[in-house]
Amino acid sequence: MRACIVGAGSIGSLFAGHLATVTDVTVLTRRDEHARALNEEGLRVSGRHDFTARVTAASDARDLPEFDLGIVATKGNVVAAAAESLGGRFPAATMMTVQNGLGAEEIVRAHGSWPLVSAVTFMSGTKHSDTHVEYILDTPTWLGPYGDTPFERVQEIAQLLVDSGLKAEALPDLLPAQWSKLIFNATVNGVAALTGLRHDAHFAAQSDVGDLGHLVHDLVDEGKRVAAGAGVELHDDPWEMNVLATKRGSAHSPSMLEDVLARQPTEVELINGALVREAERHGVEAPLHTALYRLVKAREASYS
Amino acid sequence: MRVCVVGCGAVGSLFAANLAQLEDVEVWAYDLSREHVDAINRDGLRLSGAGEVVGRPRATTDAGELPACDFGIVATKAMHTSAAVEATAAAFQDGCVATVQNGLGNEEAIAQHATRVIRGTTFPAGKLLEPGHVQWDVKGETTFGPFEPRPAPQEQIELLADACTRAGLPTQAVPDARGPQWRKVIFNAATNPIGALTGLTHGRVCEDIELRRLVSGLVDEGKAVAAAQGIALDQDPEELIDHAAKPEVAYDHKASMLQDVEARRSTEIDYLNGGIVRFGEENGVSTPLNRAIWALVKGLERSW
Repeated sequence: MRACIVGAGSIGSLFAGHLATVTDVTVLTRRDEHARALNEEGLRVSGRHDFTARVTAASDARDLPEFDLGIVATKGNVVAAAAESLGGRFPAATMMTVQNGLGAEEIVRAHGSWPLVSAVTFMSGTKHSDTHVEYILDTPTWLGPYGDTPFERVQEIAQLLVDSGLKAEALPDLLPAQWSKLIFNATVNGVAALTGLRHDAHFAAQSDVGDLGHLVHDLVDEGKRVAAGAGVELHDDPWEMNVLATKRGSAHSPSMLEDVLARQPTEVELINGALVREAERHGVEAPLHTALYRLVKAREASYS
Repeated sequence: MRVCVVGCGAVGSLFAANLAQLEDVEVWAYDLSREHVDAINRDGLRLSGAGEVVGRPRATTDAGELPACDFGIVATKAMHTSAAVEATAAAFQDGCVATVQNGLGNEEAIAQHATRVIRGTTFPAGKLLEPGHVQWDVKGETTFGPFEPRPAPQEQIELLADACTRAGLPTQAVPDARGPQWRKVIFNAATNPIGALTGLTHGRVCEDIELRRLVSGLVDEGKAVAAAQGIALDQDPEELIDHAAKPEVAYDHKASMLQDVEARRSTEIDYLNGGIVRFGEENGVSTPLNRAIWALVKGLERSW
């Protein structure tokens, strides 16, 4: 199964490096010098695993050979541009989206009729350079069929990921896991972006009345009411995910926080925006998530 | 009449320099900044902008130097009220102590150390340019009234109001000063932290329709808490907010809390949104949005 990784940030690089140990991997990058560096130096994975893989990279989709599995691993706000560049090509491919939030699948669908696979990933890495990614958390990626994609196809992809050394599991219905992570990300990323706090013990603190954990808990509860309104039974409790993550020792810096510090566009639309729109669609009140969404949007507006 | 301004920052300086113009008022200024105090004693206290004034109050960093005063005017940041009034309490044993500070809870803190307390709200504003020199940005009304649990006599309140008015700071003495206080608190709590969290000026906050809706949500909660206490607002905070958003008024104004956040100084959030939450709890009014905003700004302070 030939794979193409679209977008080589930390998650994309982790997929590309590992998969390249078991199959032919191409990488579609945004920047030409990134593609050139990967072609010349290969892709180094350090941390939990340690190897350097050979990949073929290009910055123009027209230069890519055919592939069977496309993993769209760009940031949420550039999925549309990436999918557009693939549009009309690669008829044999199944496309898998791994973005945070909801709605990446529909964006890809708008640009092609490929079978789609939904995924959420809990693994994490740090990109030290264009050709070096450190594998930090080896937590799993969960995959599920989107639309009428056969489950067997999902299982094959999960098996390929497992063969490559990553943790992965195929689930017949991904929505419960996707929503657990949606609520987790909307809450944690939004609060981190606005407060400047990394995801640390403050997020779980509830001993004093002014402690941040109360707000985090209220946001999670509101998110759960939206999930219930949407008829989704959650896979994990987002509050427990939050508490667990704050106990890992080194505090994770959520991407939305990194983005606002760098004055970059964030993934707020696919995450907080998606949750607020789901609340509206199902007639569930979500004043706190609405406030968080508006504030992060306004923070983005303040860049200019 | 002898008056001591306690905390001679921007607002304290407006009172000290203007009152020092009056022949029948002796003005003392108590402040912890040695440089500021030395500059005032050497060159006088200078205001420029909305009015050009040089006053010659006697300034000191040592509360022990203060003679017995008829009036105190407390103008510290709200988090310093208790310490400042405790330090200067001996000077006000037979006098009345007024607050011209922001937020809720200052009167209560003053009443821990003084027996005759004046509730006050002031709209003039400025900023400290350098030691001994304050830019006077905004003229406006001041209102004084008794602090009900430990009230100053009404005739004393009128004496102080009359002196301020004659000094060029129009001031009213009223039997119930809670209306103007809550109007200002609601205004500040609904706008200041939004600027601080997003980085936007007042005008840009107001022209974002969705963000303006969040501001109204905060205003509505504040109004409900005021109403539950039987407080009649003297003006609708919404009108003030829209008025201030006009280009010729304060469109480009960076909220003081945003200035605090940019300089990584503690904010007055505990006395604004935190105060609304506290008074809401005491009066059985739920204030989820103010609570969320309070937690976010507290989180922001904790990220430094």
